[in-house]
Amino acid sequence: MTASTVTIPLPRRGSVIAGLQRWGVYIAIAVLLLFDLAFTPDFVSVGNLRTQLVQVVPVLVVALGMALVIGTEGIDLSVGGVMAVAAAVLPLYIGYGFWAAAAAALAAGALVGVANGSLVALVGVQPIVATLALMVAGRGLALLIAHEQLVPVLDPTALRLGRGSAFGVLPWSVLVGALLVAGIGVLVSRTTFGKQLLAIGGNRRASELAGLPVKRNLLVVYLLSATLAACAGVLSTARLGASVPSTLGNLIELSAITAVVVGGTPLSGGMIRIGGTVAGALLLQLLRATLIAHDISDWYSQIVQAVIIVLAVYLQRQRTVLR
Amino acid sequence: MTTSAPPYASSAPGTPEDLAVLEARGVTKRFAGVTALAGIDFAVRPGDSMALMGENGAGKSTLIKVLTGVHQPDEGEVVLGGRPVRFARPLDAQRAGVSTIYQEVNLVPLMSVAHNIYLGREPRRFGLVDERRMNADARALLREYAIDVDVTAPLRSLALGVQQMVALARAVSINATVVIMDEPTSSLEAREVETLFAVIGLLRQRGIAIVYVSHRMDEIYRVCDRVTVLRDGRVVHVGDLRGLPRVELVSMMLGRSAETVRTGGVTAFGEAVATEAQPVLVAADLTRAHQISDVSLLIRAGEVVGLGGLLGSGRSETLKAMAGVMQLDRGGVTVDGRKIRSGSVPAAIRAGVVMLPEDRKAEGIIPGLSVRDNIVLAALPRLSKGGFSSRKAQDKVVEVFVRRLRIKASSPDQLVSELSGGNQQKVMIARWLAMSPKVLLLDEPTRGIDVGAKAEVQALIDELAHEGLAIVLVSSELEEVVEGSVRVVVLREGRVETELTGDEVDEAHLLAAIAGHDEEVGTEAEPQPQPDEEEQP
Repeated sequence: MTASTVTIPLPRRGSVIAGLQRWGVYIAIAVLLLFDLAFTPDFVSVGNLRTQLVQVVPVLVVALGMALVIGTEGIDLSVGGVMAVAAAVLPLYIGYGFWAAAAAALAAGALVGVANGSLVALVGVQPIVATLALMVAGRGLALLIAHEQLVPVLDPTALRLGRGSAFGVLPWSVLVGALLVAGIGVLVSRTTFGKQLLAIGGNRRASELAGLPVKRNLLVVYLLSATLAACAGVLSTARLGASVPSTLGNLIELSAITAVVVGGTPLSGGMIRIGGTVAGALLLQLLRATLIAHDISDWYSQIVQAVIIVLAVYLQRQRTVLR
Repeated sequence: MTTSAPPYASSAPGTPEDLAVLEARGVTKRFAGVTALAGIDFAVRPGDSMALMGENGAGKSTLIKVLTGVHQPDEGEVVLGGRPVRFARPLDAQRAGVSTIYQEVNLVPLMSVAHNIYLGREPRRFGLVDERRMNADARALLREYAIDVDVTAPLRSLALGVQQMVALARAVSINATVVIMDEPTSSLEAREVETLFAVIGLLRQRGIAIVYVSHRMDEIYRVCDRVTVLRDGRVVHVGDLRGLPRVELVSMMLGRSAETVRTGGVTAFGEAVATEAQPVLVAADLTRAHQISDVSLLIRAGEVVGLGGLLGSGRSETLKAMAGVMQLDRGGVTVDGRKIRSGSVPAAIRAGVVMLPEDRKAEGIIPGLSVRDNIVLAALPRLSKGGFSSRKAQDKVVEVFVRRLRIKASSPDQLVSELSGGNQQKVMIARWLAMSPKVLLLDEPTRGIDVGAKAEVQALIDELAHEGLAIVLVSSELEEVVEGSVRVVVLREGRVETELTGDEVDEAHLLAAIAGHDEEVGTEAEPQPQPDEEEQP
């Protein structure tokens, strides 16, 4: 009961947790790479890291859209379905050239996004319910379009996008992913729209009373998320050389949400960390690859992923409590 | 630091025991080097009703948090019933008999009243919750305090005031010896306040000590018999409340001499001036089922018009209708002769009508954004080019308003949620002034902010009116309405009861009009000449 017993002031603990929440994902990546450097033969090499980058692109692109949606206190479960729709639409228009087909695929994805956004913003359905409906409907629609068939996509442009590299070094898909990251990063930090998203996620009622176009912005957010998911669908299809609407994007919403949350974006909205989202996606990818390199079953990697989610959400919760 | 008995203990008027039930002895608390409490001595005895007064930042909330285990003191100790205690968390304090009632009710909205009262300690039978006994117990408990409520109803179906009573009943039933109330009446109706005060009386009779924090002087003087005044983390006064002039109390809180406060008046409003300018805003027959009917007003440039009435009389609803927040069934608003679309906030803002919402936390600030972002929130599109926000343009606006409204923030990048209530309110006002409005609708602009900030906001309202802004002021504080407004439109049950102008704008007339239930008041108010005859069809 003396003054000297009081040596652990709360704010200090709070700042440690806040720091972990913000930088933990980067620290984790560093630790993992150091581990690989020491114990995983041939892991930290240019060739392997390039492969990892190529593999992470679809999850990353989906996670970018997910981060925007989560920033508005929403969630988008339909991203996997949207990827499938995009994959199913792509071969239908491939006769007009790859870019026309890709545009059609993105447009189809955008339409699903408009449906999501309308349900959420205009009808007032909870995001989890609205996008759950379209997650199921999207997959069904994709199978319907493709007649449940796997269709090879052998267009040369598609193959170059999927498997080729710019200047022989940087894979095209990684370049596209990087451009999208930069674009969304600017959108969040530099534009009026980005600020308004944060405001809506932070306090929707206050945003309405401040005269912000809340409904329009919500609609656009779901549209963006779906378009990005469609983009991921196109990239994946190009890489696979085939449209596989039955399995493409299965469970990707979970990976994307994990990447966003692990990256320090709170599920309660009002804050979006694009850098953290990128790092979150990379962490998941490297972790999985490391476990595979050590011949550990994929099931374990799922369990590890679950542990990471719990840890990330726990850290976030701590911070909210302290605040 | 080690005094076992507070210096005033001998002067205790007829308390059964001189021993304090809850004490803080020499409590010091620092946050990141900033001293929030500096050697505080504080004590309440059984049956005491102690007012804890002070401006925002004086240390009231920190002291309460130390007493209830949210914070641990850096120096000094908390003493309960004569024994030093250390509450590691609020639950410990609650178990030891120190309960806190906050202005927001911390209960489970979907559960029944009885469940909430016995949450975590439900009576059991065969391992299951004994609903019948629990309901009976809850009923009996509430009856003791004359709280009439269906104990099986979900808590959220009740009015906020009743919910608070339930919270209070819960606190008492956990054998509380001290109940700390932090702004308990800020969302209560007059009738509920009466019930609360009656309950407080009963609690005191049972020897429960009350610590009462409020910004409302009237309440303090009604409910409390002693007062501890804090300023800058120190105790500046402890003593009986009876016989202490209000002016003196306020001056102690502000740290100014009594003379300055007295000459400044109770509020910081200057003389309100009537103008003959053209009306800026004309509201005609605003009607919305169950809320307001046929409310008509007109506001001229440069005048402050008060909206009087009880809670639920339609004051806030009238503001919301004018600000486009509420869709109207009938009637409409014209600004400078142009009709504005009802039910659209952006349309109202474009027309120059902006509203400062009543609930700053829920409807005003965006807690996770900076002071800068909160100020420019509404004006952002105007400060942007091609969708890209210009930091330079923002900074210019922010700088102007931070200086003009004297917003105290460490930098524009500071989170708005870290500011005091008064500064948050100024940020809200800045948000709207940045839109260069014509009509400013203020719903309780000084609620929950400290005396100093209150005076500043009141002076600002005056200043803005002088600059030609048309202002509508809603306040539950009579004196604020009376001193701030040149005219007062009084609402009752969703209708315009009367309008007070000129010499009628005083507390007596206003009270009579608000109460306005019988003929005498009606005839008294009716024959007054009305320069603006926009109501009474």
